[in-house]
Amino acid sequence: MSNLKTFIIGGVHPPEQKLSATAAIRPLPLSKQLIIPLGQNLGAPPRVIVKKGDEVKTGQLIAQADSFISANLHSPASGKIAKIDEAVDASGFRRPAIFIDVTGDEWVDDVDTSPEIVRGFSFSKSEIVSRIKAAGLVGLGGATFPTHVKMMVPDGKKATHLIINGVECEPYLTSDHRLMLERGEEMLVGIQLMMQALEVDKAIIGIENNKPDAISHLQLHCKSFQGISVQPLKVKYPQGGEKQLIKAAVNREVPSGKLPIEVGCVVSNVGTALAVYEAVQKRKPLIERVVTVTGKSLSNPSNFLVRIGTPVNELIAAAGGLPGDTGKIINGGPMMGKAVSSPDIPVVKGSSGILLIPEKESRRKKPITCIRCSKCTVACPMGLEPYLLAKLSKLGMFDRTEGGHIMDCIECGSCQYTCPSGLPLLDFLRLGKQKTAHLIRTRKS
Amino acid sequence: MNDILLFTILTLGILGTVLAVILYFVAQKFKVIEDPRIDLVEEVLPKANCGGCGYPGCRNFAEVSVNAANEKQSLEGLNCPVGGNDVMKQVAAILGLEVADQEPMIAVVRCNGSHVNSPARVKYDGPASCAFAHQLFAGEGGCQFGCLGLGDCVVSCDFDAIHMNPETGLPVVNDLCVACGACVKACPRGIIELRHKGKKDRRIFVSCVNKEKGGPARKNCQVACIGCSKCQQVCPYDAIVMANNLAYIDFAKCKLCRKCVEVCPTDAIHEINFPLRKPKAEPAPADPERVDSLHVAGNKENDIQSDSKA
Amino acid sequence: MALFTVSGSPHVHGEENVQKIMLTVIYAMVPAMAVSVWFFGLDALRVMLISVASCMFFEWVIQKYLLKGSVTITDGSAAVAGILLAFNVPANLPAWMLIAGALVTIGVAKMSFGGLGKNPFNPALVGRVFMLISFPVQMTSWPVAKPLFAPAITDAITGPTALGLLKEGIDAGKTVEQVLADPQMPQYLDRLIGNMGGSLGEISALALILGGIYMVIRKVIDWQLPVSIIMTVFVIAGIFHLIDPSHYVNPDFHLFSGGLMLGAIFMATDMVSSPMNMSGKVIYGIGIGLLTIIIRLWGAYPEGISFAILIMNAFTPLINNAFKPKRFGLVVRK
Repeated sequence: MSNLKTFIIGGVHPPEQKLSATAAIRPLPLSKQLIIPLGQNLGAPPRVIVKKGDEVKTGQLIAQADSFISANLHSPASGKIAKIDEAVDASGFRRPAIFIDVTGDEWVDDVDTSPEIVRGFSFSKSEIVSRIKAAGLVGLGGATFPTHVKMMVPDGKKATHLIINGVECEPYLTSDHRLMLERGEEMLVGIQLMMQALEVDKAIIGIENNKPDAISHLQLHCKSFQGISVQPLKVKYPQGGEKQLIKAAVNREVPSGKLPIEVGCVVSNVGTALAVYEAVQKRKPLIERVVTVTGKSLSNPSNFLVRIGTPVNELIAAAGGLPGDTGKIINGGPMMGKAVSSPDIPVVKGSSGILLIPEKESRRKKPITCIRCSKCTVACPMGLEPYLLAKLSKLGMFDRTEGGHIMDCIECGSCQYTCPSGLPLLDFLRLGKQKTAHLIRTRKS
Repeated sequence: MNDILLFTILTLGILGTVLAVILYFVAQKFKVIEDPRIDLVEEVLPKANCGGCGYPGCRNFAEVSVNAANEKQSLEGLNCPVGGNDVMKQVAAILGLEVADQEPMIAVVRCNGSHVNSPARVKYDGPASCAFAHQLFAGEGGCQFGCLGLGDCVVSCDFDAIHMNPETGLPVVNDLCVACGACVKACPRGIIELRHKGKKDRRIFVSCVNKEKGGPARKNCQVACIGCSKCQQVCPYDAIVMANNLAYIDFAKCKLCRKCVEVCPTDAIHEINFPLRKPKAEPAPADPERVDSLHVAGNKENDIQSDSKA
Repeated sequence: MALFTVSGSPHVHGEENVQKIMLTVIYAMVPAMAVSVWFFGLDALRVMLISVASCMFFEWVIQKYLLKGSVTITDGSAAVAGILLAFNVPANLPAWMLIAGALVTIGVAKMSFGGLGKNPFNPALVGRVFMLISFPVQMTSWPVAKPLFAPAITDAITGPTALGLLKEGIDAGKTVEQVLADPQMPQYLDRLIGNMGGSLGEISALALILGGIYMVIRKVIDWQLPVSIIMTVFVIAGIFHLIDPSHYVNPDFHLFSGGLMLGAIFMATDMVSSPMNMSGKVIYGIGIGLLTIIIRLWGAYPEGISFAILIMNAFTPLINNAFKPKRFGLVVRK
């Protein structure tokens, strides 16, 4: 594979550990009770429009997005609303959620549930966006930014490229890889729909070359789709970061503090592309997603097609049960995922994987003093000085962290990964980012 | 030889004279006229520069005080919590004013989620920073309002007045507290509050800030306030307000009658430095250490807040 | 059941740690150690052992009894400082001087600033300069190279280094050609492999370069820093050689004599006291190169790299402030 591209500044190479790469996507049986947290998207949570005791069908709207940056929620199964209460989220905080007692899987009428691939379409730009909005789509890569907002190019800007993120640079995770292999054709239709909505004629699918089967599979199929091409990329973390991917695929640098549209690019995840296809061609709302369940001691690392709201421990049970030596459960990948407080939490729109880390690997190294080796500055893909910013935010000097461009940090964790002293650099960078953002907000108002 | 000597003396002499003249004119030009009382006021202040008064340092406080004296003829709203009433009287005397006595304050930790009362559900592994942990997760015990036990308050204290008790994992305030409020600002969860020190150091307060309903609150911590409002009903002085499933005792209204302490079903209301009650059915001991000191006749020396163990 | 751990991401960590980095540096110094033992015999071994042992001992004593904190001699930084100190002294240095140097290295230059990672100056160089100023005679009378298995020559023969000879000769008014023709002057190949008088570690440029390449491959140092030092020395020396070849020696003489290679590869690249960012490292390297050649050509000492590095160490914080890494998405204001 020649012509491999990658981004230039920084990056690390964590061991790939794609244990579940060969495990085909399996649908998980319906759970008895689903917990649907309201805040599953970036932006404002939607407003609940059902009440306790209501009967709902699969795909029925249960929470309506009222503000612009928000996303609809639909019932992932048919059943009865048990209660509208609070549920513990991944970090242990209690957030409002809808509880549904599942009785079956009876879909609402206008959804096309047949497995046939519908290729042709004749939708206008606004029809596509409104169908995406109705389906409650959010970016499935993890940031959960509402897709319909992304599909509307702001006035005065012009999109030239749609970049599809099939990088999956996080170690362990394989859900996007499997999706590309198994649902590639539908995905390409989805990409075409997005190109129509954005009025761009070029779409580039960026895939790291540790997934040669996905690359050749999509290259084969995209011959019959005009304007879509596959760009193999060198393996380097964090290539799946929006800005890094744009740099790698089309060699453009998103200016600091700006969005990708500034350089004419819109980035979307492969899972989102598939969801766009389903939302527009089949009118199917976003009620399920592919989740990788993996871990070194897990007996059967798998990729599951899971309804939103399914408790995580059911996924773990289906993958062979919680291994006895589990020390940490991570929602997401090992580099950017969140360690969860308990496995009772539900799968949400942004969950890409469940990773079980054995006890002996779950403990951090005891941090020692910084030896000023500058490995963190070399690894930082944003060209920042993590050692300095972490120190400044530890000391509470948030006026200086702003000057050090801490807000550019994408929290990829490369600095902490590479630190020989085992310093909690990203922890303090996160703290500094939050405090600096607060400082900027208060100054503005 | 003489030439060199002469030359040296002349050069240095001229140089010195010229520089002295320059310095004189610069000093004249940039002279700052300052009220001499600022220095006097600063002299009597404790010079801890803790910011407890709300101003960046003692010098700044002195300036503000002098300004207030010139403009309003009163020191209202200005108080040095560290120096207390004595210092404020001195300041007022310098400025030729009177000040009303302020009730002395002390920092109070309003959480009793010790390792026993709120057992850990998860282990936290990361930097000892409450600010970061607050961002990351609810807390080891599962209570999203409770003390994280990582000691940001201890770090913030300039007076060595707050320490972690390793047995409970909670901070303990001792007598050195001057109510500067640094720990109040440092706590990301707003657990620490400045309250009246009280007569004979006696205080009653709700040692919980959990705003959840009774069920979830109690699930995480057996001494949580469950918002039953029994205390509110029993309070003869209207000192207790209920908001968000949480009782709060207004220290300005509280007359330390201790009725609320008796009725609290979860032992969330604490009394400090009170004499021992007449023997009665002991309520379920919450946490041995705290219970001991709570019910021991308290004088200043062996009160829990001045527990020197921490 | 054991409790699950909660911590911030990332949840995996690279293999690198401080101990490994220090070990890599020690491995990289093995060729130079071997060469020194080969040419100076067991004396070299004695110096290295005393130096390493006393550095580690002082670190242990200070951490345990003076600071009463945790003892971290196992991280290997004291051992590295010890070897580097030994590399900077002649093989016949009396043991007590070496121990005094080690005390300054660890006690003054390292621990008084807070230990590993906090020292503004390279500890081994501070130790070396302390000894050079306190014991100038012993520190500048180098034993003549005497291969380990060569037939024993009379002991205690000392001679000057190549740079010393050059300096003396030029100062005495000789031309470069005359100086180079001196029988004591080591030949080109000898200078490369190290068959000449000098401090333990500096004699063999070849062994030092070998170690440097190993460290670059293991990503412990960046090649840009030593190369910028060496290139600066080469270019400046070259310019003066072209102007006046009878007074200024050809530039490759400068590269392979004295402590330039040792300084450029092992001393200047010390992580703690060198700048953090790539552009800063190059500026730092150029500064060291300039100061080195200025001291060599016009200074009172024949060799100047120790002073050059220490002087540039003092500029490191300024360089860190002035030269930032290239940021992603930097908006260039026009």
